[in-house]
Amino acid sequence: MAEKEVVIKTNKLTKKFGDFVAVSEITFEVFKGEIFGFLGANGAGKTTAMKMLIGISKPSSGTANIAGFDVYKNTESIKKSIGYMSQKFSLYEDLTIKENIILFGGIYGLNDYDIETKCNGLLEKLNLQNDADKLVNSLPLGWKQKLAFSTAIFHMPKIVFLDEPTGGVDPITRRQFWDMIYEAAHNGITVFVTTHYMEEAEYCDRVSIMVDGRIEALDSPENLKKQFNAATMDDVFLMLARKAKRGD
Amino acid sequence: MNAIELNNITKTYTTKNNIINAVDDISFSVDEGELFGLIGPDGSGKTSIFRILTTVLLADKGTATVMGLDVLKDFKAIRTIVGYMPGRFSLYQDLTVEENLNFFATIFNTTIQENYDLVADIYKQLEPFKNRRAGKLSGGMKQKLALSCALIHKPKVLFLDEPTTGVDPVSRKEFWEMLKRLKTQGISILVSTPYMDEANLCDRIALIQTGKILEIDTPQNIVNRFDKNLYAVKSKSMFNLLNDLRAYSKTESCFAFGQYHHLVLNEKYPDINELKSYLKNHTEIEIELVKPGIEDRFMQLMKK
Amino acid sequence: MKQFFSFIKKEFHHILRDKRSMLVLLGLPVVQLIIFGFAITTETRNCNIAILDNSKDEATQNLITRIESSSYFDIDKTLSSDNQIEKAFKTGRIKLAIIFQPNFQNELMHNNKAQLQIVTDASDPNQANTLTYYVSAIVMEYQKELNQNKNLPYTINSEIRMLYNPQLKGEYSSVPGVMGMILLLISAMMTSISIVREKEMGTMEVLLVSPLKPWIIIVSKVIPYFIISLINVITILLISGWVFGIPIVGSIFLLSLVTIFYIICALALGILISTVTSSQQAAMIISLIGLMLPVVMLSGYAFPIANMPVILQVISNLIPAKWYIIMVKNIMIKGLGFLDIWKEILIIFGMTTFFLLVSLKRFKIRL
Repeated sequence: MAEKEVVIKTNKLTKKFGDFVAVSEITFEVFKGEIFGFLGANGAGKTTAMKMLIGISKPSSGTANIAGFDVYKNTESIKKSIGYMSQKFSLYEDLTIKENIILFGGIYGLNDYDIETKCNGLLEKLNLQNDADKLVNSLPLGWKQKLAFSTAIFHMPKIVFLDEPTGGVDPITRRQFWDMIYEAAHNGITVFVTTHYMEEAEYCDRVSIMVDGRIEALDSPENLKKQFNAATMDDVFLMLARKAKRGD
Repeated sequence: MNAIELNNITKTYTTKNNIINAVDDISFSVDEGELFGLIGPDGSGKTSIFRILTTVLLADKGTATVMGLDVLKDFKAIRTIVGYMPGRFSLYQDLTVEENLNFFATIFNTTIQENYDLVADIYKQLEPFKNRRAGKLSGGMKQKLALSCALIHKPKVLFLDEPTTGVDPVSRKEFWEMLKRLKTQGISILVSTPYMDEANLCDRIALIQTGKILEIDTPQNIVNRFDKNLYAVKSKSMFNLLNDLRAYSKTESCFAFGQYHHLVLNEKYPDINELKSYLKNHTEIEIELVKPGIEDRFMQLMKK
Repeated sequence: MKQFFSFIKKEFHHILRDKRSMLVLLGLPVVQLIIFGFAITTETRNCNIAILDNSKDEATQNLITRIESSSYFDIDKTLSSDNQIEKAFKTGRIKLAIIFQPNFQNELMHNNKAQLQIVTDASDPNQANTLTYYVSAIVMEYQKELNQNKNLPYTINSEIRMLYNPQLKGEYSSVPGVMGMILLLISAMMTSISIVREKEMGTMEVLLVSPLKPWIIIVSKVIPYFIISLINVITILLISGWVFGIPIVGSIFLLSLVTIFYIICALALGILISTVTSSQQAAMIISLIGLMLPVVMLSGYAFPIANMPVILQVISNLIPAKWYIIMVKNIMIKGLGFLDIWKEILIIFGMTTFFLLVSLKRFKIRL
């Protein structure tokens, strides 16, 4: 197998808040075009780790390199080469669909011509040409999430970070969403995703499971199931997460 | 007597742009001591149903009763016998665990001691943190505290609106175990969830989508109504496989499902060899006949 | 009853644990009082004054005509004795009185020296100062004209007497104003915010689905802010006494009583605001823009109501703070009793009842 290009590389990355070690010496690599699942119970340190990776929280120690940039020195460059979508905030509800796309294109420094052509292409792909001037808040939740994902990868980032992207949508929309994730990965965008749906963990090429701030397991879903002698990822997760000592 | 009964309940909201049928002519009933699940995505009308039953929202049409009490006329009586846990954990973030529980006990004219046995099971896990502010608890702990608060007055009917949303799988599992134990105490429970895998833990479920009920039955019967052969297909390149399967002329539907794709073909007796030869470009192919789940049935119903 | 006390306890927990809000709640009055201790300059027109002419000669007539023809003053001619003038001051009918000595012209012509007295209501020191200045200017003008081509000048001595506030302290008018504003803000804004917060956090939903009666929710929400308001009143009065040396001339009991009535009125207003808003932000904006601005602008605290256009004068009647400030000035500075302020008390009562009735009608037992 040819040497895979590494887009995320951490070495003993740690974050402390006073005496509390939120993230403890995590070391892992993520490859280009990979769908990487980042799992963990509430309070295991996922969000803190993710914040360090996207350059909005300074690590206490250890190193991390994101898309070729250092998390200590080049946070601005990191932000330009990644996309981010969270469940809580993704789009401006009181702007139209088109205005949102243009806004995010502008934020990431695309020129007007690129924005215009890519925007039309995107609307066509999502089948939203006739709704381009509708306010985002008039869209059903599932559509909002699809649109949010599309804007997160609008500037063709190297990596896209998704923080529980599919909460609360119906099963068909959720799968349509994953179709888009597959396609993005197929086009070479690395997808880094957190989720509470263990079945979604199985869509990932590799998953890591965090317990008490450490990465307790990291492999493909298939290998993990073998390793823990479990039928489903759900069982793997439960086995690991139950070991947690931290106050839940 | 049914613990809960709804007859032709309808609720519409009018916004600037359009009229939304949040609850569209829904009827169902929950037996006493039953654990009944409302399964559906956000915006399917679950929360409106909960609010109508807990008497904080008026339906436009239809009637509903809780323990034989009318939600309109007897709302005061209903409010003394139900426990309600709304979608967001309704706790006072700046009060401690113990203060929250104490407060909810007193407003229902009771004390923690009086009904301790009912919540003991759950509250014991919280007791080490009883002096911690609720806002500083993790999702799973908040959920347990909110459940304790909803239970402290020993309600006859418990309404839990998406108690497991945003909570990690471990806490979710523990939560459902608690519900099972509560059921043995004779408490009727109406619970909603967007997680299809939790449906199997209910006695009966209603699948609900855009304000309408798609199907009501036991989880087993609902799965049994999936009347087609369901294949789980896998290969080395899952993305290409998905596109290829969807392009296949005999495919009725194909969705990613865990590490497999779930495939339904539009023939009664499909020829799997034909499919295999269609997929000859793929390597490491696996095709297996599998048992459908609630989610498969839900998607089948949605497509109709 | 246990429900009630438990609810109040919870409210106190909310307040005491939010250190920043506590600081604002208790510190704001002090800061306000000190800042507004330096009052704002204002100008007055068509002010009612009285003239007691004990001389009735050519010189006094001449001066009176000059005063009358200025746009600053309207002379109330019905007042013709010391007694009447004193009463008129107390009821606020006049702001200034001019008293000519007997034999004014004779004294002036033969002794080259005459005396007049300017008496003002200094409970509003800005206005008192301005008015005195205007009168003095007119008198000086007259004197200058008389002295044209004269070797030995005539002198008219103006003796100035400040009623109610002899040292002309600006704080005298600030204290009632700050009390009127702070109490309204804390009571109305904080209550409305704390009720609306329960709606926003979703806890109101649980409270509604409980046997708790709506009035218990409301009353227990209100009591902590009532107590904090009382603490603020005490702080303000102590500061005004110790730091600014303003005595309370009238009855402390009466002052406390009207203050309690006013706080209740403000709390009722807060409840009303909470029934029409659903977010803390909205409640805050309504309270700040809907209450603070009108109170500062229209209550007579920063600008004399007499100077406002008629339409604003009419609107100012709708502001509870206006009536409260009048009452506090009357009690604290003029030392008036219940009989002189019962009308204002009645107005506050009326407003309170109105706010409560509307809130009661609007408070929903459902979402």
